[in-house]
Amino acid sequence: MTLTVLYFAWVRERIGVPRENVTTTAETVRDLIAELSAREERYALAFSDLASLRVAIDQELSDFDAPLGSAREVAFFPPMTGG
Amino acid sequence: MTVRVQAEPFDYGAECDGFAQRAQGAAGAVVTFCGIVRDNDGTLTGMDIEHYPGMTERALTAIEAEAQTRWALADSLIIHRHGPLRPGEMIMMVATAARHRADAFAAAEFLMDYLKSRAPFWKKEFTAKDSDWVAARAEDEDALRRW
Repeated sequence: MTLTVLYFAWVRERIGVPRENVTTTAETVRDLIAELSAREERYALAFSDLASLRVAIDQELSDFDAPLGSAREVAFFPPMTGG
Repeated sequence: MTVRVQAEPFDYGAECDGFAQRAQGAAGAVVTFCGIVRDNDGTLTGMDIEHYPGMTERALTAIEAEAQTRWALADSLIIHRHGPLRPGEMIMMVATAARHRADAFAAAEFLMDYLKSRAPFWKKEFTAKDSDWVAARAEDEDALRRW
Protein backbone atom coordinates (compact mmCIF):
# COMPACT_ATOMS: atom_id res chain seq x y z
CA MET A 1 0.00 0.00 0.00
CA THR A 2 1.03 3.61 -0.43
CA LEU A 3 0.83 5.91 2.57
CA THR A 4 1.27 9.62 2.93
CA VAL A 5 3.78 10.01 5.77
CA LEU A 6 4.05 13.41 7.47
CA TYR A 7 6.73 14.74 9.80
CA PHE A 8 6.51 17.72 12.12
CA ALA A 9 8.85 19.89 14.21
CA TRP A 10 12.32 18.37 14.82
CA VAL A 11 11.28 15.08 13.22
CA ARG A 12 10.65 17.02 9.98
CA GLU A 13 13.99 18.79 10.33
CA ARG A 14 15.91 15.54 10.86
CA ILE A 15 14.26 13.74 7.98
CA GLY A 16 14.45 16.77 5.74
CA VAL A 17 10.96 16.73 4.20
CA PRO A 18 7.52 17.61 5.61
CA ARG A 19 5.75 14.75 3.80
CA GLU A 20 6.32 11.94 1.34
CA ASN A 21 4.53 9.00 -0.18
CA VAL A 22 5.80 5.65 1.08
CA THR A 23 5.00 2.32 -0.52
CA THR A 24 5.18 -0.30 2.18
CA THR A 25 4.11 -3.77 3.29
CA ALA A 26 4.36 -2.77 6.98
CA GLU A 27 1.53 -4.11 9.12
CA THR A 28 2.04 -1.84 12.12
CA VAL A 29 3.49 1.59 12.82
CA ARG A 30 6.51 -0.15 14.40
CA ASP A 31 7.08 -2.12 11.16
CA LEU A 32 6.92 1.11 9.16
CA ILE A 33 9.49 2.74 11.44
CA ALA A 34 11.82 -0.28 11.07
CA GLU A 35 11.42 -0.18 7.30
CA LEU A 36 12.18 3.55 7.07
CA SER A 37 15.07 3.32 9.55
CA ALA A 38 16.71 0.59 7.46
CA ARG A 39 16.47 2.79 4.40
CA GLU A 40 18.64 5.74 5.37
CA GLU A 41 20.56 7.09 8.33
CA ARG A 42 18.39 10.22 8.64
CA TYR A 43 15.35 8.04 9.40
CA ALA A 44 17.27 5.90 11.88
CA LEU A 45 18.37 9.09 13.62
CA ALA A 46 14.88 10.59 13.73
CA PHE A 47 13.35 7.34 15.03
CA SER A 48 16.17 6.43 17.45
CA ASP A 49 14.16 7.25 20.60
CA LEU A 50 10.51 6.24 20.31
CA ALA A 51 9.76 7.55 23.81
CA SER A 52 10.25 11.06 22.42
CA LEU A 53 7.91 10.47 19.48
CA ARG A 54 4.17 10.41 18.97
CA VAL A 55 2.23 9.00 16.04
CA ALA A 56 -1.13 9.77 14.47
CA ILE A 57 -2.95 7.52 12.02
CA ASP A 58 -5.39 9.34 9.77
CA GLN A 59 -5.18 12.38 12.06
CA GLU A 60 -6.01 10.49 15.28
CA LEU A 61 -3.37 9.92 17.98
CA SER A 62 -2.36 6.28 18.00
CA ASP A 63 0.45 4.04 19.24
CA PHE A 64 3.39 2.23 17.73
CA ASP A 65 1.78 -1.20 17.82
CA ALA A 66 -1.37 -0.05 16.06
CA PRO A 67 -2.13 -1.89 12.81
CA LEU A 68 -1.93 0.29 9.73
CA GLY A 69 -4.95 -1.49 8.23
CA SER A 70 -6.43 0.76 5.57
CA ALA A 71 -4.65 3.89 6.84
CA ARG A 72 -3.96 6.60 4.31
CA GLU A 73 -1.97 9.06 6.40
CA VAL A 74 0.59 8.48 9.14
CA ALA A 75 2.25 11.37 10.98
CA PHE A 76 5.28 11.38 13.29
CA PHE A 77 6.02 14.22 15.69
CA PRO A 78 7.39 15.08 19.14
CA PRO A 79 5.09 15.51 22.16
CA MET A 80 2.78 18.43 21.48
CA THR A 81 3.28 21.89 22.96
CA GLY A 82 0.08 23.83 22.36
CA GLY A 83 -1.41 26.60 24.43
CA MET B 1 -18.87 25.67 20.07
CA THR B 2 -16.27 27.35 17.90
CA VAL B 3 -12.71 26.45 16.93
CA ARG B 4 -10.50 28.80 14.93
CA VAL B 5 -6.94 28.03 13.87
CA GLN B 6 -5.33 31.02 12.21
CA ALA B 7 -2.06 32.82 11.48
CA GLU B 8 -3.58 36.28 11.94
CA PRO B 9 -3.71 38.07 15.30
CA PHE B 10 -7.09 38.22 17.04
CA ASP B 11 -8.63 41.04 19.05
CA TYR B 12 -8.89 39.55 22.53
CA GLY B 13 -11.13 42.30 23.90
CA ALA B 14 -13.54 42.08 20.99
CA GLU B 15 -13.58 38.27 21.11
CA CYS B 16 -14.32 38.25 24.86
CA ASP B 17 -17.01 40.89 24.48
CA GLY B 18 -18.66 39.15 21.51
CA PHE B 19 -18.58 35.80 23.29
CA ALA B 20 -20.15 37.25 26.44
CA GLN B 21 -22.82 39.05 24.39
CA ARG B 22 -23.77 35.83 22.59
CA ALA B 23 -23.92 33.93 25.90
CA GLN B 24 -26.46 36.32 27.40
CA GLY B 25 -29.62 34.64 28.58
CA ALA B 26 -28.49 31.02 28.78
CA ALA B 27 -25.33 31.73 30.77
CA GLY B 28 -24.63 33.47 34.03
CA ALA B 29 -20.85 33.03 33.91
CA VAL B 30 -18.14 33.52 31.30
CA VAL B 31 -14.50 32.57 31.81
CA THR B 32 -11.81 33.66 29.35
CA PHE B 33 -8.10 32.91 29.19
CA CYS B 34 -5.38 33.97 26.78
CA GLY B 35 -1.82 32.71 26.40
CA ILE B 36 0.93 35.10 25.32
CA VAL B 37 4.48 34.57 24.05
CA ARG B 38 6.61 34.65 27.21
CA ASP B 39 10.16 35.99 27.10
CA ASN B 40 11.74 33.96 29.91
CA ASP B 41 15.01 35.82 30.34
CA GLY B 42 14.85 38.71 27.90
CA THR B 43 16.65 36.89 25.07
CA LEU B 44 13.70 35.64 23.02
CA THR B 45 13.45 37.29 19.60
CA GLY B 46 10.49 35.28 18.35
CA MET B 47 8.54 32.06 18.28
CA ASP B 48 7.31 29.92 15.41
CA ILE B 49 4.30 27.68 15.91
CA GLU B 50 3.94 24.71 13.61
CA HIS B 51 0.74 22.69 13.47
CA TYR B 52 -0.85 19.77 11.64
CA PRO B 53 -3.61 21.28 9.44
CA GLY B 54 -6.66 19.06 9.53
CA MET B 55 -5.72 17.15 12.68
CA THR B 56 -5.47 20.39 14.66
CA GLU B 57 -9.08 21.34 13.96
CA ARG B 58 -10.24 17.76 14.62
CA ALA B 59 -8.38 17.54 17.92
CA LEU B 60 -9.64 20.91 19.17
CA THR B 61 -13.21 20.12 18.15
CA ALA B 62 -13.00 16.76 19.95
CA ILE B 63 -11.63 18.42 23.11
CA GLU B 64 -14.48 20.96 23.04
CA ALA B 65 -17.03 18.19 22.52
CA GLU B 66 -15.59 16.29 25.50
CA ALA B 67 -15.88 19.42 27.66
CA GLN B 68 -19.53 19.73 26.58
CA THR B 69 -20.25 16.21 27.85
CA ARG B 70 -18.63 16.90 31.25
CA TRP B 71 -20.03 20.31 32.08
CA ALA B 72 -23.25 22.14 31.33
CA LEU B 73 -21.77 24.66 28.91
CA ALA B 74 -23.84 27.20 27.05
CA ASP B 75 -20.95 27.85 24.66
CA SER B 76 -17.19 27.55 24.21
CA LEU B 77 -14.54 29.09 21.98
CA ILE B 78 -10.95 28.17 21.16
CA ILE B 79 -8.73 30.38 19.00
CA HIS B 80 -5.14 29.23 18.39
CA ARG B 81 -2.58 30.92 16.18
CA HIS B 82 0.27 29.40 14.19
CA GLY B 83 3.25 30.81 12.31
CA PRO B 84 5.75 33.44 13.47
CA LEU B 85 4.97 35.40 16.65
CA ARG B 86 6.87 38.05 18.61
CA PRO B 87 7.34 38.18 22.40
CA GLY B 88 4.21 39.57 24.04
CA GLU B 89 1.90 38.57 21.19
CA MET B 90 -1.19 36.54 21.99
CA ILE B 91 -0.90 32.90 20.96
CA MET B 92 -4.32 31.56 21.82
CA MET B 93 -7.48 31.99 23.87
CA VAL B 94 -10.30 29.94 25.28
CA ALA B 95 -13.69 31.10 26.51
CA THR B 96 -16.41 29.13 28.24
CA ALA B 97 -19.95 30.09 29.17
CA ALA B 98 -22.14 28.26 31.68
CA ARG B 99 -25.08 28.89 34.01
CA HIS B 100 -22.73 29.02 37.00
CA ARG B 101 -19.06 29.89 37.33
CA ALA B 102 -17.80 26.54 38.65
CA ASP B 103 -18.58 24.81 35.35
CA ALA B 104 -17.12 27.68 33.31
CA PHE B 105 -13.86 27.70 35.29
CA ALA B 106 -13.46 23.91 35.28
CA ALA B 107 -14.20 23.61 31.57
CA ALA B 108 -11.73 26.39 30.71
CA GLU B 109 -8.98 24.61 32.68
CA PHE B 110 -9.87 21.30 31.03
CA LEU B 111 -9.68 22.87 27.56
CA MET B 112 -6.28 24.39 28.40
CA ASP B 113 -4.86 21.19 29.88
CA TYR B 114 -5.94 19.16 26.88
CA LEU B 115 -4.94 21.54 24.15
CA LYS B 116 -1.45 21.88 25.67
CA SER B 117 -0.68 18.18 25.31
CA ARG B 118 -3.22 16.77 22.84
CA ALA B 119 -3.56 19.37 20.08
CA PRO B 120 -0.85 19.07 17.41
CA PHE B 121 1.08 22.31 17.88
CA TRP B 122 4.83 22.63 18.28
CA LYS B 123 6.65 25.76 19.42
CA LYS B 124 10.11 26.77 18.29
CA GLU B 125 11.85 29.58 20.18
CA PHE B 126 14.37 31.89 18.56
CA THR B 127 17.10 33.94 20.22
CA ALA B 128 19.80 36.05 18.58
CA LYS B 129 22.14 33.05 18.90
CA ASP B 130 20.08 29.99 18.05
CA SER B 131 16.69 28.31 17.97
CA ASP B 132 15.22 25.32 19.70
CA TRP B 133 11.98 23.36 19.92
CA VAL B 134 10.15 23.79 23.20
CA ALA B 135 10.12 20.46 25.06
CA ALA B 136 6.83 19.16 26.42
CA ARG B 137 6.75 19.37 30.22
CA ALA B 138 5.97 16.37 32.42
CA GLU B 139 3.71 18.62 34.54
CA ASP B 140 1.53 19.28 31.49
CA GLU B 141 1.09 15.55 30.87
CA ASP B 142 0.42 14.98 34.59
CA ALA B 143 -2.24 17.72 34.53
CA LEU B 144 -4.42 15.50 32.29
CA ARG B 145 -4.74 12.86 35.01
CA ARG B 146 -6.89 15.03 37.21
CA TRP B 147 -9.75 14.98 34.70
